[in-house]
Amino acid sequence: MAEKVFMQGNEAFAESAIRSGCKYFFGYPITPSSELPEYYAKKAPTEDLVFVQAETEVSAFNMIAGVAATGKRAMTATSGPGFSLGCEAMSYMAAAGLPAVVVDVMRPGPADGDILAAQGDYFQIVKGGGHGDYYTIVLAPYSVQEMSDFGRLSFELAEKYRNPVVVASDGMLSKMMENVELPEKIEVENNFDWAITGAKGREHNVITTCALGPEQWEQFNLDLQAKFNLIQENEQRWEEFQTEDADVIIVAYGSVARIALTAIKIARENGIKVGMIRPITLWPFPKKAFDKYPDKDYFVVELSAGQMVEDVKLSVKDKERVEFYGRLGGISPTPQELFEKMKELYTK
Amino acid sequence: MNRVTINEEICKECEYCITFCPKKTILKKKDTLNKKGYYPAIAENLEDCIACGICATVCPEAAIKVEKDV
Amino acid sequence: MKTVYERPKVLTDEYMKYCGGCGHGIINKLIAEIIEEENLAEKAIMIWPIGCSVYADRYFNVDSVCALHGRAPATGTGIKRALEDNLVVVYQGDGDMVSEGMAEIMHAGIRGEKFTVVFVNNAIYGMTGGQMAPTTLMEQKTSTSPQGRSADNAGFPVNMAEIIGSLHGCHYSERVAVNSPANIRKTKEAIRKAFKYQLDGKGLSFVEIVSPCPTGWGVSPVKALDWIGETVLNQYPLGVFKAPKEGE
Repeated sequence: MAEKVFMQGNEAFAESAIRSGCKYFFGYPITPSSELPEYYAKKAPTEDLVFVQAETEVSAFNMIAGVAATGKRAMTATSGPGFSLGCEAMSYMAAAGLPAVVVDVMRPGPADGDILAAQGDYFQIVKGGGHGDYYTIVLAPYSVQEMSDFGRLSFELAEKYRNPVVVASDGMLSKMMENVELPEKIEVENNFDWAITGAKGREHNVITTCALGPEQWEQFNLDLQAKFNLIQENEQRWEEFQTEDADVIIVAYGSVARIALTAIKIARENGIKVGMIRPITLWPFPKKAFDKYPDKDYFVVELSAGQMVEDVKLSVKDKERVEFYGRLGGISPTPQELFEKMKELYTK
Repeated sequence: MNRVTINEEICKECEYCITFCPKKTILKKKDTLNKKGYYPAIAENLEDCIACGICATVCPEAAIKVEKDV
Repeated sequence: MKTVYERPKVLTDEYMKYCGGCGHGIINKLIAEIIEEENLAEKAIMIWPIGCSVYADRYFNVDSVCALHGRAPATGTGIKRALEDNLVVVYQGDGDMVSEGMAEIMHAGIRGEKFTVVFVNNAIYGMTGGQMAPTTLMEQKTSTSPQGRSADNAGFPVNMAEIIGSLHGCHYSERVAVNSPANIRKTKEAIRKAFKYQLDGKGLSFVEIVSPCPTGWGVSPVKALDWIGETVLNQYPLGVFKAPKEGE
């Protein structure tokens, strides 16, 4: 039986990543993500970790790209403004096949914004964010337990597909504390044939994202797209709550999905049969979940002006039956508020 | 006799070897183009060559091999 | 017959994309020679920049990474921290380093990252077609300073070897040039020394190399070398700006 501890979301991810063999953390402080670099800095001397406080997020992202190029596990953590700076390197890592992990603790933007929970960075992290045709795998935890679980899963997926992985946390999940079961500590000794380690006893390896003419670069892009198609086929993840008998299905991820769970309870007590699809991978978006329920109403709740709702509309047969409710600026809706909105929409 | 071998196909006609050769009689430009469209350097009158290696030192293409007759 | 010089085997047979007379070719060759002479091919990791040397991974039989524009010192930080026993060489041009990547190189120096930086300064953007760089000389005409660089609009040239040499994290900083056979030999010894300091586990070792860009400067290769001696070195004097003290 693994140990259970009472832990904060940011720290649970950091501890899990350390136990998953991620010995390298490069980061720049930004609220609400700063406990992640602080945790690594604190544990570095006793756990044989390398922690470097980078001069900018631009550098932090390129530093983890460097470690990932050697085949070792590396991560950074940031929040919206910092992720914007890192997007250049996200595009690079996706093209170069570098399996690093980035935790993006979303806070309300645009620009400097504020420091509470928000989900307005969905487009940025799910649709690429940087330049060129690429995707990153995006995991959306909704509990401290999942923060811990994804501290391992993120590296496994990154290495399986040689693609960067983003963990889309938010200002609430990162700061809250819950009981969590941490993973057993493992030692990771990767020996990838593509890694940059010095050309000893083998042909030399090259990692570059520089095209050698349009034909070569089109083929490079087609190969990349083939990989993305494979990820879309294999890795769609979601969780369902009381969907079978529901007339209305809430679609929500991250911290707001927790609020939706209580709203479902209130709605059912008041005679509206509500369930929920909770996307766990935001990319690949779990389209398969919606194929099962072609004739239901969908109620999308986000801490944004409506971003994931576009992917929901692309995933259902009748987009007229998709409604949206969002709060902005770092405000999360109450369960009662969600119920009132559903009552207004679905009891006439 | 010392030997200077130039890979004419990768020479880009910078003339560094011609300029810095201490013996002005050896290196000159060929009067026909290579495949890339340059008049490459060629070495002749090698009896004057002292195998100092300067032509190879200054060559940006690493196109020159110098051997000393011993 | 005794071989006085032949192409180092660390170089591949790939045709270099540099223009005729470009200093990158000479400097690439010197690095390859040292890697071969010091038997470092299995240890060496080259980190290439964006700029004219962007394809240099194809010229070397050693592990290579091509970094993003200006970010090579950050990429190098990750690689060297992960592979402490390898020889990590960060290769940058002046647009890449002094403009796009000024923060990255400064902080690599501030932290005293234990890799070698080979900085090729030709006072212009080569790959994009001869635009003004922070290192462009006063009055120098480029495609984005067609009337000549003016202090009023573009400020003044930047002397990196002196700046990096002033940082406590820097172990060794020297400026050399590849404008003559003697200076090319000195350049080679400077790079060799920098590699040695790195392998001894010292802080940042930095070699700035004043290098010709005949195409960007709009002159013949031989005239470009002349211009270095007559003009460029007045702004960028050769010399050692940080040397380890006795016993360091």
